[in-house]
Amino acid sequence: MDRIDRRGFLECMAWAGTGLVWTATGGVMSSRLLTAAEAAETPARFRFVQISDTHVGFTGQANKDAAATLEQAVARINALDPAPAFVLHTGDLSHGQKPGAFDTLSKILQGVRAQRVVYIPGEHDVFLDGGKEYLSRYGAGTVNGRGWQSFDHSGVHFVGLVNVLKYKGEGVGALGEEQIEWLEKDLAPLGASTPIVVFAHVPLWAVYPQWGWTTEDAERALGYLRRFGSVTVLNGHIHQVLQKVEGTVRFHTAMSTAFPQPAPGSAPAPGPMKIPETEARRMVGLRDVSVVASGQPLAVVDSTLG
Amino acid sequence: MDTSGSVRTSLRPWRGRVAAVASLLTTAILIAGAAPGAAPVAVDIKDFKFSPAALTVPVGTTVTWINHDEETHTVTSGASGFTSTGLSHDETFARTFDRPGTYAYFCALHPHMRATVLVK
Repeated sequence: MDRIDRRGFLECMAWAGTGLVWTATGGVMSSRLLTAAEAAETPARFRFVQISDTHVGFTGQANKDAAATLEQAVARINALDPAPAFVLHTGDLSHGQKPGAFDTLSKILQGVRAQRVVYIPGEHDVFLDGGKEYLSRYGAGTVNGRGWQSFDHSGVHFVGLVNVLKYKGEGVGALGEEQIEWLEKDLAPLGASTPIVVFAHVPLWAVYPQWGWTTEDAERALGYLRRFGSVTVLNGHIHQVLQKVEGTVRFHTAMSTAFPQPAPGSAPAPGPMKIPETEARRMVGLRDVSVVASGQPLAVVDSTLG
Repeated sequence: MDTSGSVRTSLRPWRGRVAAVASLLTTAILIAGAAPGAAPVAVDIKDFKFSPAALTVPVGTTVTWINHDEETHTVTSGASGFTSTGLSHDETFARTFDRPGTYAYFCALHPHMRATVLVK
């Protein structure tokens, strides 16, 4: 496969649930058919959706109404068949903790056809009050109400990490000692064949430290993840799709549903791109992830709103 | 290409003059309401930078920060105990410095944005 356009890719992806598997490895798309034997031993398949950086309350050139684009994303989610098991929100729910933003977000996401929405915070959700309001709304069911969490779904272990509550120093994300120790214990009982999905706001790899697009102690967390045969790391924060593969660990950053940010180093600074809304719609969107077969990479499909 | 280059070049000083005049007007307006001897000063937040990053002012000066970015920024000084809320595009934050000292501050959302106010 030399080249494939996005439309062709998405059409093929529609077959993921019935036997054709598309995977992104090292940034190169590849496909193969499941054999009947593989299909027979495939555990219960399911899909989930990742949305990120909804920035409710944002108003700028690229998006006059971030709540409206979130509603479009919800409509896309609700059109998926079969429906996703759940939705992961990888942070920056609000734009600068604008008053009422969390309420607006909750109201819109109540319309999602999925069992639940799982949240982890972005720096925009916690910078004013150290996470007090965020955790009062979304901290229930997380470790000591601190925001980080893990759960299992159909044999896949999901881990949500918080890397925006120690946002000091050089402006990078950080997990902190307590959370890393918890992660070690959380993963300890799991067999190496357990598929792991880690989700956090700021990338867990050094995308572009000059803009703060990195997590300073991510390497320690990754140290506990490298023994697993399939690790998928889903992040937001940088408002664009980037992928990287390191051994069995696949990193994916996601688009925002609100506005795009420039490619690393391509502008004087990060921040909302000042482009017309119609153009921006082709750079925001959501991610559909299918868990296809044990031991196989997850099928990750990003689609734009415009 | 040459033509557009020369147009751009010729526009630059003109833009500078407009900015200088606007800045003078702003300063004049601000001075009118300030205590004598301590002219107010503005710090611009643009492209994820505080400008000027190192500011020296006399005691009693009111410094006003203006966020020109679409991204939210803050003016936060952990040690000195002052902080703005999140400043949206074109929003401002002001603080009067009544005591001499070096006031380091940063943006709580983008802590690599750092600057100081030296009050003499």
